[in-house]
Amino acid sequence: MSLPSGTFAQDYAQDMRLMRTKAQWGSMGLLLVFLATIPLWASDSNLTTATIIGITIISVHGLNILTGNCGLVSMGHSGFMMVGGYAMAILSAKVGLPFWAAMPAAGLIAGIVGVLFGLPSLRIKGFYLIMATVSAYFIIHWLILQFRDLTGGTDGLSVPTATFFGLAIKGKATYYYLVLVLAVLATLVAKNILRTRAGRAFVAIRDNDLAAEVMGVNLWGYRLQAFFIGCVFAGVAGALSVQYYSYANVEQFPFFDSVWFLGMLIVGGMGSTSGVIYGVLAIKLLQLLATKIGPSLAEVVNPQAAVGLSLILPSLAIILFLIFAPRGIEHIWGRFRGYYQAWPF
Amino acid sequence: MTFFLQLAITGLALGMMYALIAIGFVIIFKCSQAFNIAQGHFVMLGGYLGYTFLAVLHLPVWLSIIAVIAVAVVAGGVIERLALRPLVGQPVLAVIMMTIALAGVLEGIAILLWGGEYKTYHDVLPAITLNLGAISIPPESLIGLIVSTIVVTLLMLMFRYTKIGLAMRATAEDEQVTRGAGIRATMVYALAWIIAAVVGVVGGVLLGGVSGVSIAMSEIGLKALAVVILGGLDSIGGAIFAGLMLGIMENLAAGYLDPLMPSGGGLAGVFPFIVMILVLMIKPHGLFGLKRIERV
Repeated sequence: MSLPSGTFAQDYAQDMRLMRTKAQWGSMGLLLVFLATIPLWASDSNLTTATIIGITIISVHGLNILTGNCGLVSMGHSGFMMVGGYAMAILSAKVGLPFWAAMPAAGLIAGIVGVLFGLPSLRIKGFYLIMATVSAYFIIHWLILQFRDLTGGTDGLSVPTATFFGLAIKGKATYYYLVLVLAVLATLVAKNILRTRAGRAFVAIRDNDLAAEVMGVNLWGYRLQAFFIGCVFAGVAGALSVQYYSYANVEQFPFFDSVWFLGMLIVGGMGSTSGVIYGVLAIKLLQLLATKIGPSLAEVVNPQAAVGLSLILPSLAIILFLIFAPRGIEHIWGRFRGYYQAWPF
Repeated sequence: MTFFLQLAITGLALGMMYALIAIGFVIIFKCSQAFNIAQGHFVMLGGYLGYTFLAVLHLPVWLSIIAVIAVAVVAGGVIERLALRPLVGQPVLAVIMMTIALAGVLEGIAILLWGGEYKTYHDVLPAITLNLGAISIPPESLIGLIVSTIVVTLLMLMFRYTKIGLAMRATAEDEQVTRGAGIRATMVYALAWIIAAVVGVVGGVLLGGVSGVSIAMSEIGLKALAVVILGGLDSIGGAIFAGLMLGIMENLAAGYLDPLMPSGGGLAGVFPFIVMILVLMIKPHGLFGLKRIERV
């Protein structure tokens, strides 16, 4: 991270701080104030978009730890979200757990399922692992549809309104705040996991797994840990999404979402926590753009234009980033920041 | 017994389709070590192109086939030149994401141009049904069988007896040495993509003629990846064998096991993925794949 000149640390704790300058604190404060005031002026549909973006950010943080940092590419991430979502629905609707207990439990269950499907990662990597996670998605999808008594099958499962110590979480604005708090928390947790021993081990495994093993990194344990952490994030996000619609359905977690999650990492910048946020924003806003200009195109081409566009626009963005800026928005932004900080040199 | 044979025969049809997609995949992987997830989308594109040329423009069959092949050659070449060549030397994920994004673009274009609807052009292609006693072989199987036999024979001959085939085999073996020997590896890559596009698109035209075209056709491409993994990523023979095997196994599993499932099965949709994850756990390089030793 490049800092303005004159910023220096006198001890290790200072050096490790996330916020180093007053300007950083200031801009972070402004950002949080901006995020907190969104429900006051945004329209209903924009608020929904903001909430969904928040949920997606939580999920992609998990994928970033798993794929961006540990190098284990998962294309079944929305499958693990589905596990979390259904765990939430079953625990709160059938078992009757309160919201604050069901949510972490959903994350935990998704994490355990993730570890199960992460087991092949001990032997395989690259393309083979991608295929294993793709099959994980379809197997989870099928299992959920099979156990009708528990999950409601294709009919889905409705979820009661969440209450938090007697307060009902009702209405879009309240839910937005819940997601906002959790997304900020998830960002902090993700950032800090990457600064621990485990986070450094993940990066070592990503860069060269054989070398990491020789240096004493326990591949077996850390790979499964990465799967667990990544899927816990996915599970929490899935639970939030189900709770938001008060309804769990397999259609909520389509396979192509997993692809978009990876695309978000590429567009934002693999392995960087802030890159996750940029990437999610970029792809989600492109999809929003497609639904906005789709209807006007529908008269010219055909009624399905919006669907086609919402596939083409993000795909094109991913293609262009892969060719011209494989390190993503995070890198472009870093270069720009370095440039103006060093200006006029 | 008749039930079993009938299931096996319909499975054969599906298997042929799998094999056709898998062959295109293997050709690209053999030459450039790139994973083409969009192979199923070439098939879908072929189906829609066939619909346009045969049913909308009413061109004769031979002219349509030539036109479709021309489109495929252009599409394959353009995709390789613009999208894949800048990625030479990039990590695996970059190439995979590129082909998935290409799949997204192709699917989006198909939706924009054809509305993503189910289209048929049944009566244009000759429909032949073969009856063997109590079992009838549907035209899908026959067409799939004929086309993949022709394609595979042509490819085998090309790989074995032509100069360009030799160059492709050499590039598959070691790209740097090949470049050193004065062979243009980029041309080989382009050719691999063109061949894969043509194989996919021609298969799409024929299959579309038999069972109609829809966006869902491309999803079979995802299932066909199970075939590639079962057969080994770099074996054309393995792709065909595994395609047939998986098609038949899937159909048998659906026929015999679906009634035993708690809510009516749907085993056919998930079966290739179960096989895939089992193969990956037990024998990651597939039945006929080349085992690579990794050095640091």
